[in-house]
Amino acid sequence: MKFAHLIWSNLKRKKLRTSLTLLSVLVAFILFGILACIRQALSGGITLEGADRLVVRQKVSIINLLPESYKARMERIPGVALAVHQTWFGGVYQDPKNFFMQTPVEPEDFLNMHPEIILPAEQKKAWLQTRTGAIVGRKTADKFHWKIGDKVPIRSNIWTKSDGNNVWEFDIVGIYTGRDKNTDTTAMLFRYDYFEEARARSKGEVGWYTIRVKDPSRATEISKRVDQEFENSSYETKTEPEGAFIQGWAKQIGNIALITAAIVGAVFFTILLVAGNTMSQAVRERTGELGVLKAIGFTNAQVLGMVLAESCLLAVLGGALGLGIAWLIASGGDPTGGLLPQFYFPHQAVLSGLAFSLGLGIAAGIFPAISAMRLRVGDALRRM
Amino acid sequence: MAGPINWFSQVFSVTKFGLLSIPQRRGSVSAAVIGIAGVVAVLVGVLSIAVGFRKTMDASGAPDAAIVLRSGANSEMESGLLREDTRIISDAHGLARSDKGPLASPELFVIINLPKRSTGTDANVPLRGVEEQAFHVRDQFKIVEGRRFDPGKNEVIVGIGAARQFAGLDIGKTIKVGRYDWPVVGTFSAGGGTAESEIWTDATVLQGAYHRGDSFQSVYTKLSSPAAFDQFKDTLTTDPRVSVKVLRQTEYYADQSTAVTKLITTLGVMIAFLMAIGAVFGALNTMYSAVSTRTREIATLRALGFGSGAVLVSVMLESLVLAIMGGVVGATIAYVAFNGFETATMNFQSFSQVTFAFRVTRQLLVQGIVWATIIGLIGGLFPAVRASRLPIAAALREL
Repeated sequence: MKFAHLIWSNLKRKKLRTSLTLLSVLVAFILFGILACIRQALSGGITLEGADRLVVRQKVSIINLLPESYKARMERIPGVALAVHQTWFGGVYQDPKNFFMQTPVEPEDFLNMHPEIILPAEQKKAWLQTRTGAIVGRKTADKFHWKIGDKVPIRSNIWTKSDGNNVWEFDIVGIYTGRDKNTDTTAMLFRYDYFEEARARSKGEVGWYTIRVKDPSRATEISKRVDQEFENSSYETKTEPEGAFIQGWAKQIGNIALITAAIVGAVFFTILLVAGNTMSQAVRERTGELGVLKAIGFTNAQVLGMVLAESCLLAVLGGALGLGIAWLIASGGDPTGGLLPQFYFPHQAVLSGLAFSLGLGIAAGIFPAISAMRLRVGDALRRM
Repeated sequence: MAGPINWFSQVFSVTKFGLLSIPQRRGSVSAAVIGIAGVVAVLVGVLSIAVGFRKTMDASGAPDAAIVLRSGANSEMESGLLREDTRIISDAHGLARSDKGPLASPELFVIINLPKRSTGTDANVPLRGVEEQAFHVRDQFKIVEGRRFDPGKNEVIVGIGAARQFAGLDIGKTIKVGRYDWPVVGTFSAGGGTAESEIWTDATVLQGAYHRGDSFQSVYTKLSSPAAFDQFKDTLTTDPRVSVKVLRQTEYYADQSTAVTKLITTLGVMIAFLMAIGAVFGALNTMYSAVSTRTREIATLRALGFGSGAVLVSVMLESLVLAIMGGVVGATIAYVAFNGFETATMNFQSFSQVTFAFRVTRQLLVQGIVWATIIGLIGGLFPAVRASRLPIAAALREL
C-alpha cells in the first residue's frame, strides 16, 4: 500500500490519456449493465422462490384447455401441497394497445400459492365478498389511473358471456404490490366462480395449473407422477418447474443468452484492446524510470505488482462508475415504453461486473507488467 | 496566405506523411480501427435482425390480398368464424375467381409445441388447417419436396422455415398431436412469407382433432385487383349477417411486425450508441498519441511554412481514413457473419413462432459507414486542433 502514491502519480502523469481510457472502460460497463437489464427483462424474473412450484399445461400446447376437475386429482397425488389454476383471458381495456394480463383465479388458493403478491387484509376480505371483484397490480393501476371502487370494462377477444356480450365489468376491490423487485404487478386477477358462471363456452375448463410440492427435491419425480396420472386421457399434460416454464418463454423469443453474450463479448474485446494498448504505451514510455526503480532496489515482483495495480485501479474505477451509471439509467424504467415491463438492474450484475472489470484490468496490464518485470536494469538505463 | 493549390498540396503531403507513419503506430491504430469496426458490426448485426423480420412479414401479404377476421380480433388466434360466415365472405363482391369458384380460403389456426433445434426447448409452432383454395389464394405457394396432404387424412405438409428450425419435421417422420400421429408428407415454400414457418393440414381433420365443429378462424382472400379492396370491405362491413373485420394483408402483417422491429431497433441503436461513445474515446486516444509522437515533425513542417489549417485538415483526414477502414471492416464482418443467418422468434401477436433470416441490406451497410465517419470526425477533431495550435518554438525545443 505504501506505493499507492506512486501508482496514483503514474496515472496522473498523462491526465488526458488516463481519463480517455477511464471513460472507454466506463462506457463498456454501462453497456454491460444495460445488457444485464435487457437479459433480465426478456427472461423474466426467475427466482429460487419458485423452486417448489411446477406448471402443468396441456401437452399439445398451452392454448389447449384442461378440465377444472384435475385440481382435485392433482391434490390427491402424494407430495402435492396445492394446485391452483389460471386461464388466459386475453382482454383489453379501451384500446387494443392497452394490453396486460388478466386471469380468473380462486382467490384464497391463488394468494396461498403466491406469497410474493401482497394484498392488504381488508382488500382481500372485500375480494372474497364481491363476486365481480378484481384485484390489480400497482403498475397497471397506475397506468390506467384505477382506484379501489372503480368499475372497469374489459373486452375479451376470447371469452364471451352467455348473453353474447364480450365486455366484462369488474369492480376493483384491491391493488396488490410485489414483495420482490421482480414480482409482476401488471396482472389483473378476478374470481373464477364469476367467470365460470358467466362464460358461454368451455365451461369447466381452465388454462393451466400451478402446483406446489411439499419437498422441492422431489419436484422431478412429482412432475412425472402428474403426467402419468393423466396419460391416455383426452387431456394429457406436460409438467415442468416454474423456472423452466418461464425460461421456455424466453427461449421462444430466441437464444437471448447467446445474443447478449455475443454483444458483451464484442464490447469487451474492443475495449480490452483499446485499454490494453494504452496501458502498454504508458509502460513503454516509462522504461527508463522502471529501470531506475529497479536500480534502487525494487524487486521484480514489486514492479510487476505496481504496473498491474495501475491497470486494475483504472479498470475497476471505470467499471464501478459505469455500473453506477447503468443502475441510474435502469432505475428510470423501461426505455422501450412498455415492451419490457421487467426492466431493472439485477443485483448479481454488480458482482459479476466488478469481477469482469478486475479481469479486464489484469488482462490489459499483464503483458506490459511482465515486460516491465523482465526489464534488465542496464538496458533500461541505457535507453534513457 | 498561400494559394488554394499550394494549400491542397500541403494537406496532401502532411496527410501522406501521417498515413505513412501508421505502420510505426500499429498497436494504437489497430485498437482504434477495431474499436470502430466493433461498433459498426454490432450496429449492423442487430439491425439486420429487425430488417430480416420485417422482410418476412412484408413478403407474407400481397397488395391484392385481404384477410377477414371476426370483428374485434387482432389476430387469427383470437378470431372465430362459422361456416355460414365463410360462405357469406366468399360471396362478397371484389374477389378474384378461378374455375373452382371465388378465391377465398377459410382457415383454422392453432399452435402445437415442438422442440426448437437451436435451444432444444418447446416452442409454439403454428398449425394451419386449410382447404383446397388455400393453395390458390397464395401466389407463391409451391411444394418443394414430397406431395400435398390427402384431404381427410391425418397428414401434414411443413413450411421450409419450420422444417429447418424445429425438430422432427422431415418428410417421413410423424408428429404427435393429441393421441394421433400425423405423418409429414411434403415441404413447401411461400415466397419467404410467414407461411413458411407453419405446418399445414386438412381443415376438416384439424376441426375434428380440436373439437372445433365446423368453424374457422380466418378467411384469406385474393381480390380481383388491389383497388377492389374497398368494395370488398364495404360489402362485408355493411352486411348485417356477419360481424367481421377486413384488412389488407399488407397492413395486417405490418401491424404484427411493428412491436418486434421497434424493440430490436431501439435496443440495437442504444447499444451501438454507447459503444460508439467508447470508440470515440479510443479514436481520440489514438489520434492524440499520433499527434504527440509527431510533435517535432509537425513543428518542423510549421517552421518550414506549412499552414496550421493544412495540419488540422490532415489530422482530421487521417482520423477519417482510419474510421472508414474500421467501418468497412465492421460492415464486412457483419455481412459475412449475419446475412442470411436463419432463426425463429416468437411473434406475440399470433402467439407463435416465425422463422426468418437476418438481412444485411445496402442501407444498413451505408448506415454503418456513416456512423464510423461520425466517430472518426469527433475522434479527430480535438487532436487536430491541438496539432494545429502547437507552439512551434517550444515543440522544436523537444528535439
